[in-house]
Amino acid sequence: MKLELQGITKRFGSLVANDHIDLVVEPGEIHCLLGENGAGKSTLMNVLYGLYQADEGSILLDDAVQHFSGPGDAMAAGIGMVHQHFMLIPVFTVAENVMLGHEQTRAGGLLDLAAARAKVREISARFGFDVDPDARIEDLPVGVQQRVEIIKALSRDAKVLVFDEPTAVLTPQETDELMAIMRQLKQSGTAIVFITHKLREVREVADRITVVRLGKVVGEASPTASNSELAAMMVGRSVSLTVEKTPADPGEAALVVRDLSVIDPQNQYVVSHVDFEVRRGEILAIAGVQGNGQTELTEALLGLQPRTEGSVTLDGVEIAGLAPRRILDAGVGFVPEDRGEDGLVGEFTISENLMLDRSNGAPFVRGGAVQKAVLDAFAEEKVREFDIRAQGIGTAVGRLSGGNQQKVVLARELSRELRLFVAAQPTRGVDVGSIEFIHKRIVATRDQGVPIIVVSTELDEVVALADRIAVMYRGGIVGIVPADTPRDVLGLMMAGESPESAGAAVAPAVTTTGAAQ
Amino acid sequence: MSEKIPGEDQLPTPGQVLPLAPEPQSAQGVEPGQASGTKPADEVPPPPAANRVMREILSSNWLMTLLAIVLALVVASILIVVTDENVQKAAGYFFARPADTFQAIGRSIGGAYYSLFQGAVYNFARPGFVNGIKPLTETLAFAAPLIAAGLGVAVAFRVGLFNIGGRGQILIAAAVAGWISWSFPLPPFIHMLVAVVGALIGGAVWGGLVGFIKARTGAHEVILTIMLNYVALYLIQFLLKTPGALQAPGTSNPKTPPTDPSAVMPTLSDLLTLLNGGTQVGSFRLNVGFILVILATMFVAWLLNRSSTGFRFRAVGENPHAARVAGIDVKWVFVLAMIISGALVGLAGSIQVLGTNTSGFGDGIDAGIGFDAITVALLGRSRPWGVFFSGILFGALKAGGYSIQAGEGIPIDIVVVVQSVIVLFIAAPPLVRAVFRLPAPGSKPKARRPRLTAEVTR
Repeated sequence: MKLELQGITKRFGSLVANDHIDLVVEPGEIHCLLGENGAGKSTLMNVLYGLYQADEGSILLDDAVQHFSGPGDAMAAGIGMVHQHFMLIPVFTVAENVMLGHEQTRAGGLLDLAAARAKVREISARFGFDVDPDARIEDLPVGVQQRVEIIKALSRDAKVLVFDEPTAVLTPQETDELMAIMRQLKQSGTAIVFITHKLREVREVADRITVVRLGKVVGEASPTASNSELAAMMVGRSVSLTVEKTPADPGEAALVVRDLSVIDPQNQYVVSHVDFEVRRGEILAIAGVQGNGQTELTEALLGLQPRTEGSVTLDGVEIAGLAPRRILDAGVGFVPEDRGEDGLVGEFTISENLMLDRSNGAPFVRGGAVQKAVLDAFAEEKVREFDIRAQGIGTAVGRLSGGNQQKVVLARELSRELRLFVAAQPTRGVDVGSIEFIHKRIVATRDQGVPIIVVSTELDEVVALADRIAVMYRGGIVGIVPADTPRDVLGLMMAGESPESAGAAVAPAVTTTGAAQ
Repeated sequence: MSEKIPGEDQLPTPGQVLPLAPEPQSAQGVEPGQASGTKPADEVPPPPAANRVMREILSSNWLMTLLAIVLALVVASILIVVTDENVQKAAGYFFARPADTFQAIGRSIGGAYYSLFQGAVYNFARPGFVNGIKPLTETLAFAAPLIAAGLGVAVAFRVGLFNIGGRGQILIAAAVAGWISWSFPLPPFIHMLVAVVGALIGGAVWGGLVGFIKARTGAHEVILTIMLNYVALYLIQFLLKTPGALQAPGTSNPKTPPTDPSAVMPTLSDLLTLLNGGTQVGSFRLNVGFILVILATMFVAWLLNRSSTGFRFRAVGENPHAARVAGIDVKWVFVLAMIISGALVGLAGSIQVLGTNTSGFGDGIDAGIGFDAITVALLGRSRPWGVFFSGILFGALKAGGYSIQAGEGIPIDIVVVVQSVIVLFIAAPPLVRAVFRLPAPGSKPKARRPRLTAEVTR
């Protein structure tokens, strides 16, 4: 089925989220929609999926104009969507999830589970998915859950499949498998729209690339275009994708973590017996697929986890078990993974957020009262220094874009005297332009001699920033390897292979010197 | 991009099942399906859905508040009209003489609101300014404890806590104030101040207990405050029946002795009489408690808007997770906020015992103020001066309610209906918006559904 979007325009108030966007996706084609967060990709797809009504323009399937008043209509017309966050019910089985929403019943209103099972088996067999129709979703790995989503779409005879940022939660290997599935679907004649902001994936799989910026199509690119060409189209100016940094000049070990474990409320180890150290003036990047204990590890370093074992010393002083306030006072800066949840108070102004972790004394508080003048002067300065784009320091942080929000967090944390800086997912949901800025600031902080831990699930970021890379898997550190370790080795390590065997599997010659701490 | 595109990347997908937190290769020990980074249960609880509702209520603007009041008065008018006997009679022959009905309706509504005004603001029927203005002082006298308790509830609201325990806190505070008044012979005025301080401490302890248990065990404050209301009520009832405790000596009634005169809050009349050289001026019940309430409002305004403690309070109220990560001791904030909240409610208790009712009290001394305070705080959007004025409005409704009943024979319950309907409308901003056809804040203009699509030209 051929999908055609003609002049789609969608406005929100004065904001034009989609401005006359044209897009043609032929059957058997992977069409990549590339753009930054906030460029209007998702809005466009929500229009296509019937979640929004376009203000202007039309959707054509095989040259017939369509009117979707909801996702039901879109699905019936043959459009399927695989969402970034899976729309599955964890306690239901695969078959139950697949039939959800268009349940077939037998006489007496009984669910026809057998038919659903057969359907799952049939589609699994057709594409070589290894999915058990009776497995419960919550027992399945993420990569398989995503396949269930795909099966769900295909079970409704989707001829056009939209993948919305599908690789965000996958390991590099799972990503490769997904690419293979997409190619397979393409061969069977499905038209595929692939939404992403990851350049590597685009070039690997796309037949055609449409770049969207600020709600407009800024052009088509060929899959042979270079990363920096694509990035420049996305951002509208040339950006440097590599972080300029000199080799690290590490001093003595500042942060020493010995046998650190974190136990969750279910009484299970989410971080188990982790050993590492970070030296002054170096960046230790912690790589790994989301959910392998990185979050808990960083929280444990900040004293935010109630049950930990082991020792954490900073400059020789034990900080494990201290309250967050004491750890912050010891000179630890922290960029939490989920800035909206843990880093910022959305309803507070920029200036209020800039003093969030310094409400206990000078310079912003004197005699129990907030020194508004001091704070405002400080905020004005930081807004300038960190190039925070906002109407003013009185703007509520919740109204800023992801990149600007992150700059507020960074400005707050980097304006203290630091002895350790922990940044978890510092560029998640941040536009390419701001990523460049944030990376520069992190490297500049390193060059001042501050030991830095960067947690990231994006290999690009890990490789760009790291002086050494620690890979986490299931709560443990698989290995600590030098920054120039090949990506495929890192990928295997993220799936749990030890650095030695991962190196051996990829290329026997890979050295893992310095891996063992 | 300096502004987020609304809807982009965050659109809830109606009709879809719940978004499952992406959980890859469930890490060792992490329960599958449980999002990584989920906060342990015994730490800061996730803000309950009620917080969101509350925030929505608190963030509705002044216009919405005003319109809610207007709507409530309209609803009240309808109730007044349909319950009015004259209107009913006239409506019986509506088609013969419709004008009669309308006249009766006009008279009924006009009369009701006129007597409300007479009872709450100024009574032109009485001779002289001193007598005429008495209703206004009555309004303020009724408002004083409402404002004090409303401030208490508001402080808790701003920290994200529902203090439903006003009743218990008032009872305890009242008992302490009363006990101090008849147990310690102190010089006048100082006696009153000591009694007030005692009441503040009593309320603070009863409120702080809630914060303490919540911080220690994670129990929900709504359950705690409601249960502590019962504990306080039956404790007071027990003490009222125990000779040598709160019971007045020589009686068997569950009632305390009268408040010692030296601890009674001087009334406006007392002050004016003093200024007038001993000649009695008016009979105003309005007392020093109102000045304390003004001071309390100023204190809360400073606390919430200026102080670092208030900064932490608001941070915890808006986002406890971020507050915790920023090194704020969320549990201590809960305790401290409940202490302050309880103390402010306790001030209301002291005004009741040392001002409103000085002839000895029973277990009904709270007079429903603990619950009305929630309404007052909501109407005032938990802003200190907002609470102050909404307290005065409620005081006026209370004062005027009696005069409506006396003058027009309209049941005083109608006033309660007005109060409830105001809050109902404030709690449902979309309803008010729908009635007045206001656009939702931050809403997009309604997209016209394209009925016809342009011809496809190719």
